[in-house]
Amino acid sequence: MENNTQTLVGVVVGDTTFISLDELCSACTARVEHIAALVEEGILEPSGGSSNDWRFPGSSLYRARTALRLQRELEINLAGVALALELMEEVQQLRCRLSRWERGVE
Amino acid sequence: MEYKDYYETMGVAREATQDEIKRAYRKLARKYHPDVSKEADADARFKELGEAYEVLKDPEKRAAYDQLGANWQQGQDFRPPPDWDAGFEYSGGFGGGESAHFSDFFESVFGQAAGRAGGGAGGRGAGYQARGEDHHARILIDIEDAFDGAERAITLHAPEVDEQGHVRTRERTLKVRIPAGIKSGQHIRLSGQGNPGFGGGPAGDLYLEVGFKPHRMYSVEDNDLYLDLPLAPWEAALGAKVRVPTPGGAIEMNIPAGTKAGAKMRLKGRGLPGSPAGDLFAVVKIVLPPADTESAKALYRKMEQDLAFNPRAALEA
Repeated sequence: MENNTQTLVGVVVGDTTFISLDELCSACTARVEHIAALVEEGILEPSGGSSNDWRFPGSSLYRARTALRLQRELEINLAGVALALELMEEVQQLRCRLSRWERGVE
Repeated sequence: MEYKDYYETMGVAREATQDEIKRAYRKLARKYHPDVSKEADADARFKELGEAYEVLKDPEKRAAYDQLGANWQQGQDFRPPPDWDAGFEYSGGFGGGESAHFSDFFESVFGQAAGRAGGGAGGRGAGYQARGEDHHARILIDIEDAFDGAERAITLHAPEVDEQGHVRTRERTLKVRIPAGIKSGQHIRLSGQGNPGFGGGPAGDLYLEVGFKPHRMYSVEDNDLYLDLPLAPWEAALGAKVRVPTPGGAIEMNIPAGTKAGAKMRLKGRGLPGSPAGDLFAVVKIVLPPADTESAKALYRKMEQDLAFNPRAALEA
């Protein structure tokens, strides 16, 4: 077992941070064309006109990784992935509300 | 090592056609995919399914697997017969997932090289890459950690290939600063903590995906917190000053007269930090005192007589 006693300070990849296409590719272990296809489908919404200037909001990382996993592991096409992501987000919000409500009536 | 019955895992007969196997995989994958599944053991089931499909979808591997014979049982102690796979040729080209790390059984049958993490499956463009791969891990933190910021020791397990080509699990512990205001689903990027680079190239990064552990009092939505606030009927009816816990310490809150059950009272900026900081919503829950003594019963009876209150007026329109 390897221990590192130094405290590591990281960078939050969140709403106010932006990541480049290169960073997103490497964080997702994906090729540029895979990410471009997610943009084409409207699953990711970078700012910037051409792919060279794309800047992705930090939340794209979670979305892109989930999308690529669904595409690869469930063998669904991108339109299906986009729909699945929207429904998953809705389900998550509803579950959150449901758990609050269930706690409330206990 | 235990024998794996891939046909049983996929719920198909040994004679199933490749199409039937594909259909079975898709159906089970939708059920157990960790992103969409509610099953408690989804992760483990999905991994087993992936391994079974990796073998059965590929006619070469399936034939080699079938060669072991049909008399083995799931979980039975297994030793591969010597040279059992002689004469089989694999075209290779494993497209496993980024963390495909199959069982010992799989590795003993198909060789360690085959079970190794997919690696090339994605790749960053064609050609040689000097930078090490980025790694990902998920960590669960307490809501208080996101409120105050914290330092946490986390232990990570990563498959690693040693000089002899064996896959081992490397365990390492890192001390990580959790920044205040982090939200569920966000990542902390630790530069240079991923895979080492090749040929003197820089190491990859480690991404920690943050999630919150369930909390005794609060639930989280974005950076807002929700808290159930129990009130006595007279506090809700007459108004009161009550103490409300917040992650930053308890505060006094004014309850206006006539507050109804389910009312959401906002404490601005008392949620998780951020710019702007989230709010804390106290959701009113009215708790009835038990009528378990004579005097309590007398009070309820007096209310019944004096109040002329019909809670079901709306149902009798």
